[in-house]
Amino acid sequence: MKVYVTDREGKEHELEATEDWTLMEIIREGGLPILAQCGGSCACATCHVYIDPAWKAKLPEPSEEEVGMLDGAFEVTEDSRLSCQIPFTKDLDGLKVTLAPGSV
Amino acid sequence: MTEDQSMKEPIQTDAAIIGAGPAGLFSVFELGLNDIKCHIVDILDKPGGQCAELYPEKPIYDIPAVPVCTGSELTQRLMEQIKPFNPVFHFGQMVQSLTKLDDGRWRLVTDEGTILDARLVIIAAGGGSFMPKRPPIKGIEDFEGSSVFYAVRKKETFRDKTIVIAGGGDSALDWALNLQPIAKRVTLVHRRDEFRAAPGSVGKMRALVAEGKMDLKIGNFSALAGEAGQVSQVTIVDADKNALDIPCDAILAFYGLTMKLGPVADFGIALKDNLIPVNTADFETSVPTIFAIGDINTYPGKMKLILSGFHEAALMAKKAFTYIHPDRRYRFQYTTSSSDLQGKLHVEKGTV
Repeated sequence: MKVYVTDREGKEHELEATEDWTLMEIIREGGLPILAQCGGSCACATCHVYIDPAWKAKLPEPSEEEVGMLDGAFEVTEDSRLSCQIPFTKDLDGLKVTLAPGSV
Repeated sequence: MTEDQSMKEPIQTDAAIIGAGPAGLFSVFELGLNDIKCHIVDILDKPGGQCAELYPEKPIYDIPAVPVCTGSELTQRLMEQIKPFNPVFHFGQMVQSLTKLDDGRWRLVTDEGTILDARLVIIAAGGGSFMPKRPPIKGIEDFEGSSVFYAVRKKETFRDKTIVIAGGGDSALDWALNLQPIAKRVTLVHRRDEFRAAPGSVGKMRALVAEGKMDLKIGNFSALAGEAGQVSQVTIVDADKNALDIPCDAILAFYGLTMKLGPVADFGIALKDNLIPVNTADFETSVPTIFAIGDINTYPGKMKLILSGFHEAALMAKKAFTYIHPDRRYRFQYTTSSSDLQGKLHVEKGTV
């Protein structure tokens, strides 16, 4: 399975995705710099990504905690998510996301 | 023990610890058993590091023999454990420089002017210093400290000012309410019309907005204008990409904290990918008498776990003993059986 991550310079990277890993873990272990300072506990908002609108419907709704944590991120849009809160499933094979400001 | 002194006279100590997270706190214990006195500096105003700042209420399940505790509980327990050694804390300060004195000791100077002269330095700075998140607006750094602020040091700075306050948490709401009576005008800017701050504060804010005594605008910061360090307006953009210019002469941004390596990078210690390489026998850095433990160090096989920091503290302290007490023979002892160690812990022999 693959995930396509666009970095802050606009370059797209194809990363190998692993089922049940979080999107943050896939990006981090794929070698892209992502701060994810709290290590994935939804406590810092430094793994903020934009989900390609075509994929949004396939993702589970964000929890209230995630939406609250996004208050600590910048340039938040309706495509904003915290990548540590998205477990990777087979349906997400091919997912496209973009790293947001403050995540690298 | 939390005597916080900002003396300009150099303070003499055996060891200066940078960082009061779990690794730094447990260092006090291990060093204390080895008769080494400590001062600890931390940029936060409280002990605990990430445990205090990022996840005080979240559970930790991998502390040996503690099936579950929160970040805050772990910190409290460590503080209790190190109490017999009377460490001196210097909170709310960042070590800005580290220089070698002629007698081989280290001089640490903080941004508050505290000077520590120490034989040993233990860097337990985790992911770096917690600093305010800076909005990604081009040129914002030119206004910081003069008209863009991330904290309120003196309320009077904001008297009769037209202030934009950004954020939706307690800091943003508390300061909006606190400054509203003395400011010319307060505009609260937040990305959504919901707030995580205490409901009471949110209610007060909404009442002031309803009475026309405060403005609330929903949107993201996108640009600011001004000159010579003086901001004149901020532009926010809402979800429908509509831009709104808000004239102002001061901005307070409260987006929380982020960790940055900071001045540690300039200490003259070898770094690798912003981490400090150490050897795994004693966790000394490339510079003798300077150690690095916890999340900030790196070595083959390193795992960033709190328990790794504890292990590293114990081995570090053993080497530290040889520097502080070169005339003494290192004695390996257990706290269970050693009346010597129990004396240092102020416990009665063999009691629990």
